[in-house]
Amino acid sequence: MTTLEFKNVTKIYNVRGSGQIRALDDVSFTLRSHQTIGLVGQSGSGKSTIAKILTQLETPTHGEVLLDGTPIPRGGRGLRKYRQQLRMVFQDPFASLNPYHSIRHHVERPLRLDKVVPSGEIDAEVRRLLERVKLDPDAVMERRPHELSGGQRQRVAIARALASRPALLVADEPVSMLDVSLRLGVLNLLADLQREQGLGVLYITHDLATARHFSDEIMVLNQGRAVEYGPADDVILNPKDPYTRELRAASPDPEEFFRTAATQAGGAR
Amino acid sequence: MSAEQTSAEAVDRASAEQPAVTAATDPTLVGTTATKAEHGGIRVPWRFIGSRVAFYAFTAWAAITINFFLPRLMKGDAVDAYMARSQGQLTPDAEKALRILFGLDKSIPLWQQYLTYWGNLLHGDLGVSISTGMAPVGQAIAAALPWTLGLVGVATVISFIIGTVLGAVIGWKRGSRLDSLVPITTFLGTVPYFWLGLIFIAVFATLLGWFPAGHAYEVGVEPGWNGEFISQVVSHAALPVITIVLVSLGGWVLGMRNMMLTVLDEDYVTVAQAKGMPDDRVLWRYAARNAVLPQIQSFALALGFIVGGTIVMEMVFSYPGIGLLLLSATNAKDFALMQGIFLVLVLAVLIANILADIAYAILDPRTRQTEA
Amino acid sequence: MTAPTQNLIAQQAFTAPPAPRRKTFWSQLGASMAMFSNAKSATGLVILAIFTLVAILAPLIAPYDPTAQHLDQTLQPPSLQHLLGTTHIGEDVFSQMVYGTRGVLVVGFLATIMATVVAIVVGVTAGYLRGWKSESLSALSNVFLVIPGLPLMIIIASQFADPPLWVIAAVLGLTGWAWGARVLRAQTMSLRNRDFIQAARANGEPLHRIILVEMLPNLMAIIASSFVGTMTAAVLGLTTLAFIGVIPVSNLNWGTILFWAQQNNAFPDYWWWYVPAGLCIALVGVALALINFGIDEYVNPRLRSAGERARAMRKKGLDLNAAVTSVRTPPASARTDEAGAQPGENHAKESVR
Repeated sequence: MTTLEFKNVTKIYNVRGSGQIRALDDVSFTLRSHQTIGLVGQSGSGKSTIAKILTQLETPTHGEVLLDGTPIPRGGRGLRKYRQQLRMVFQDPFASLNPYHSIRHHVERPLRLDKVVPSGEIDAEVRRLLERVKLDPDAVMERRPHELSGGQRQRVAIARALASRPALLVADEPVSMLDVSLRLGVLNLLADLQREQGLGVLYITHDLATARHFSDEIMVLNQGRAVEYGPADDVILNPKDPYTRELRAASPDPEEFFRTAATQAGGAR
Repeated sequence: MSAEQTSAEAVDRASAEQPAVTAATDPTLVGTTATKAEHGGIRVPWRFIGSRVAFYAFTAWAAITINFFLPRLMKGDAVDAYMARSQGQLTPDAEKALRILFGLDKSIPLWQQYLTYWGNLLHGDLGVSISTGMAPVGQAIAAALPWTLGLVGVATVISFIIGTVLGAVIGWKRGSRLDSLVPITTFLGTVPYFWLGLIFIAVFATLLGWFPAGHAYEVGVEPGWNGEFISQVVSHAALPVITIVLVSLGGWVLGMRNMMLTVLDEDYVTVAQAKGMPDDRVLWRYAARNAVLPQIQSFALALGFIVGGTIVMEMVFSYPGIGLLLLSATNAKDFALMQGIFLVLVLAVLIANILADIAYAILDPRTRQTEA
Repeated sequence: MTAPTQNLIAQQAFTAPPAPRRKTFWSQLGASMAMFSNAKSATGLVILAIFTLVAILAPLIAPYDPTAQHLDQTLQPPSLQHLLGTTHIGEDVFSQMVYGTRGVLVVGFLATIMATVVAIVVGVTAGYLRGWKSESLSALSNVFLVIPGLPLMIIIASQFADPPLWVIAAVLGLTGWAWGARVLRAQTMSLRNRDFIQAARANGEPLHRIILVEMLPNLMAIIASSFVGTMTAAVLGLTTLAFIGVIPVSNLNWGTILFWAQQNNAFPDYWWWYVPAGLCIALVGVALALINFGIDEYVNPRLRSAGERARAMRKKGLDLNAAVTSVRTPPASARTDEAGAQPGENHAKESVR
């Protein structure tokens, strides 16, 4: 059981000439194994900043991030251990894979870096990972990213993220850039993997509907501040914050639509 | 007053009476460009120009320091020969300045030499030139500089205009036979400047006699602001200018054409065409106007290249500018003159770069905007 | 997972063609040579290869020693004995040109390699680092860009009495590295923010692997283009310096031939002395420019297809710049005539004024 605590994190960027930007303002949440948190917010709300802080591409200005009670080390072996425990799936399947290298290279690197399996078994492990994300290893391994579709690339990104057997996964808008018809497949894949491996998943999205479908808890971000945090159904059905209510009203809900249409039709008669 | 004027005034008055929509009154406007619009007029992008001037000042300092250290790094005996030739004809002050320039006085500490060197420079004292009869270097350069400026200036402007216009038209008519002009102009650009100049002299001056073979004006004629002198200057400058233009044309044409191809693929050009805007307006006002911006940036960089080419051209045509001066200084091992010329050239290129940057800042609204 | 979803995924799975074989280093290197495979690049490479062969096989190709004087045969026009005629002291111009190729190519390559190595080190480092380190490296390369190269080279070269080859190459390289460094810095900066580099960093890849394995392959096209451009400048610079007389005449290259030609009043009459040298310099420049064109088209497919698309459309009677796309209705006769390109019934509009 791994626990990640994001405690009162504030992130301030200094912009030359125009002062400061508060990307995050006193945000807190706890991510545990076997649990999914949906992080919902529009562009500029601070979602990506959280992802960057979690993957150590940025550091908090105030507050701290604790893994199993200890702060994240700044360097050395401790940082490597932390990185092995938390992996990220990026948003853009076209940009998150190096166009020059084969799929095999992408999935192999984490295995080699973290010495997950002995070097003799690396090939077999790459195949196993690709099969787990429902890709045919023989067809895909020697290809380059531009020869695959967006959905396939995102699956490769997931395989790469899972290679080091992390306890926690950050998925930064994993399906936003995919065709709508492919989104459910990838999301269901993530849900299955989470169940199988007991991952803790932070699912970042701007889409309230998929967040509800996929997460146990939901946190709503508005301009760097967490305006709502609680169990998914609670947040959706009984939103306390006006921003959350606006979000909910903005996403079309078929059930609601037909119910309203039926009521109006009934009233008109 | 016409009806239009009065109604325009009425509109102005009406909008002036309403409270201005600013960041103070409407918080959603904070940080947007709407709050900047109230200033009006041209915003001078001070920070942009300031950072460029700072960079050029740094470059000037670097060039001057290179100039200071060069003679100290190289062989000394050539400098000794220099001093020997100039002994007896120098004032003590001039001799002292030369010693500083060449680093001959080992007794004075380096930093002190450096400061004196800067002091001399700021007084305009670049040393004494042995190849022009002990005249001060500054004087020799001042006599030659205007010729070079004229040649470079005219040739660059003509080449830029023709090259940019040609590139725009070729880009617009992509796929037509005009495309073949691109490899032709590029070929002209790979031909060495000086060789083409020599060929032109051989063909057009010596064989055909259309142009004079060299110099800026007929030997023995007194310079003056009269029609005959000016016509001589023009006819003598024609061949060098044509050569420089032909060789540098390729770069402008290629760059402009490639930029045009990129710009013409942009959506706003398609919208303009779909709106029914006439072709020549789309070509010139929309596409070329945006494609020319990177050209102005590369203009500044190309300047160093053009200066180099002009120097060689002057050597070929015996044109009495800085280039010819540099050649004779090199052959005579006149180090003081060579270093002085180098400095003046660097400063001239820097000034031209500043002007190009200012032009770019004025023309590109985005640099103005990012100041906000 | 439900059955329909499984079917969906099965459809997406890549099953059609047989899987490609494992890519070895050599096959990958071959694939990256794709940028040289189009007609323009190939032509340029062939020309360059011919010159290289001439340089290597000079003693075999040149009929005479380049400095051997035949005082009874001065200033002869081209003949079977002297393919490009002779100079004012009877030296064979053809042999001089052949041996001169060595001077040009050796110094040219050497200078370019030096300049490119410096450009890569400075440019990629400046692009990857942040803050003042990056800015100061960038300022350094900008200084060298702005300072006009030829005067600097003249001043430095004239300080040496008889510089060895590598010194000449170094002087040329000194003025040529800055452009490549600037381009590489810009490209590295944009690469650094790409997701796959962020992913590599998040995976804990060591710095040297990020730069060498992840970034450098994506920079190959820019480096190749910069190499070619720098070589053009180096060749031109070398021949110009030789022509001015700043480089001692002991180093025989095409520029020195022109120097002697001019000193001995070869213009305009003795064309065989000065025309070949200039033409060869231009030819090398053209070859390099062609290679560069080829690389450009590989990198920016827009350039490649823009002309072809326009030509194809023009053949069908359509104007690429027309404001309104035409609606083509096939003429009544087209049903019997299968070729569709009869412009007779074309409703193409001229651009609306």
